[in-house]
Amino acid sequence: MSENWRPAASLATLRARAELMDAVRRFFRERGLLEVETPLLSAAAGTDPNLEPLHTRYEGPEAPSDGLLYLHTSPEFPMKRLLAAGSGPVWQISRVFRGGERGPRHNPEFTMLEWYRPGWDHRALMVEVAELVAAVAGPRPVRERTHAEAFASLGVDPHRDDAAALDAAARANGVTPPDGLERDALLDLLFSHAVAPELGHGRIEFVHDFPAEQAALARVREGDPPVAERFECYLDGMEIANGFHELADAAEQRRRFVADQQRRRARGQPVPPVDERLLAALQAGLPDCAGVALGLDRLFMVALGARRIDEVLAFPLERA
Amino acid sequence: MATYTTNQFKGGLKLMLDGEPYSIVENEFVKPGKGQAFNRVKLRNLKTGKVLDRTFKSGESVEAADVLETELQYLFNDGEHWYFMDTETFDQVAAGKAAMGGAEKWIKEQDICNVTLWNGEPLQVDPPSFVELQVTQTDPGVRGDTSSGGSKPATVETGAVVRVPLFLEEGEVIKIDTRKGEYVGRVKD
Repeated sequence: MSENWRPAASLATLRARAELMDAVRRFFRERGLLEVETPLLSAAAGTDPNLEPLHTRYEGPEAPSDGLLYLHTSPEFPMKRLLAAGSGPVWQISRVFRGGERGPRHNPEFTMLEWYRPGWDHRALMVEVAELVAAVAGPRPVRERTHAEAFASLGVDPHRDDAAALDAAARANGVTPPDGLERDALLDLLFSHAVAPELGHGRIEFVHDFPAEQAALARVREGDPPVAERFECYLDGMEIANGFHELADAAEQRRRFVADQQRRRARGQPVPPVDERLLAALQAGLPDCAGVALGLDRLFMVALGARRIDEVLAFPLERA
Repeated sequence: MATYTTNQFKGGLKLMLDGEPYSIVENEFVKPGKGQAFNRVKLRNLKTGKVLDRTFKSGESVEAADVLETELQYLFNDGEHWYFMDTETFDQVAAGKAAMGGAEKWIKEQDICNVTLWNGEPLQVDPPSFVELQVTQTDPGVRGDTSSGGSKPATVETGAVVRVPLFLEEGEVIKIDTRKGEYVGRVKD
């Protein structure tokens, strides 16, 4: 008989989690944002080569031609369609799914809090993220640094250093890069091994203005160097949230989707279809807005002093 | 050639790195939300015992180390190597001092040892957890002498020295816990 029928989290933690969930709901209700629900299943999916959507098969009326429906990796696309339809500020708590992600801070199914603020930029939204974190996990001082500033202590310029320089910097900082990493992956290696673990100890720490190649769905601000208007929030060395001053240009969005698809094809990854409905919504006009996705399980880990995500989940992967 | 992907990584898995066999001590999945996933791994070199950190790209494949743990019978020592035999196939292997790692202090001919083999070569020899050895030399105990905590050194037939109670005499057989190098009790015949 398997002992794995029992929850991984203690019942006391699950009760505390329910109260934290209430605190999140109260935060958004008091601020007057509209709570929305969008589909978990879609015929289209995100194209980001570093996010692997799970999929399932639907047979029946109105099935897509290949029968495939993707489980969303975040509710971003349909929420932007609501914004383009004139919803005003919206928020949502949903389960999201990511293939290949399991570890002390990862479960392939987790709880995402996502919200959007029309008329705001990423800097304004960072302030509200800090307020939400304080409301749930208690107040801490806030520090904001640019991506370049966060890298400065490693002697790295993330905007200009080439792959060889990043490789050398990794070695100088005690990290041997696996063979064949591209420049982007080397930046991820340095960031995840040498920068992130030092962020957010005793404070809420934001890193913003990312290299343009790491814009994802953020707009790029022209300049020397051009920077992506994107931020990440860190607590106790752990990434909690990722936000954008949202890209609203349909042509630029299509160009990024196609570039992602080409990269996926080149790497032999599955190539999900581009979300044409999102592109049509951008074409119709997405209001100037900022949005953020925040991993609630991780925020609850910090609030409850848990070291592993399993401590705040009733049934993580191995017990699901 | 057998390989493992990073998805199979867990403590105790044996891998080849730079031509040397390693065992995974710790494996951690690390991934930025919008970035490349990695496995940060702590590995122990099975030949030298040294521990190192290595980072793999998640999904990468690594050659498996052909490492086998097996029970072999100790035959004899020729001054340089210790010889062991598989009692079913009668195959013999020779272990050097590094692989013995102190196991030679405890074993007698015909003892069964746990031997870790890599490509058929012994990497590590573990003696039985408990052995019974005869005391070959020990001074007579002096009653009432408490300065030594009620124990005295005794040399056993393999040459090892253990602390034993004062009442033990030369010629007696004692049981020893080889993991701690400690006297457990007297073996009555």
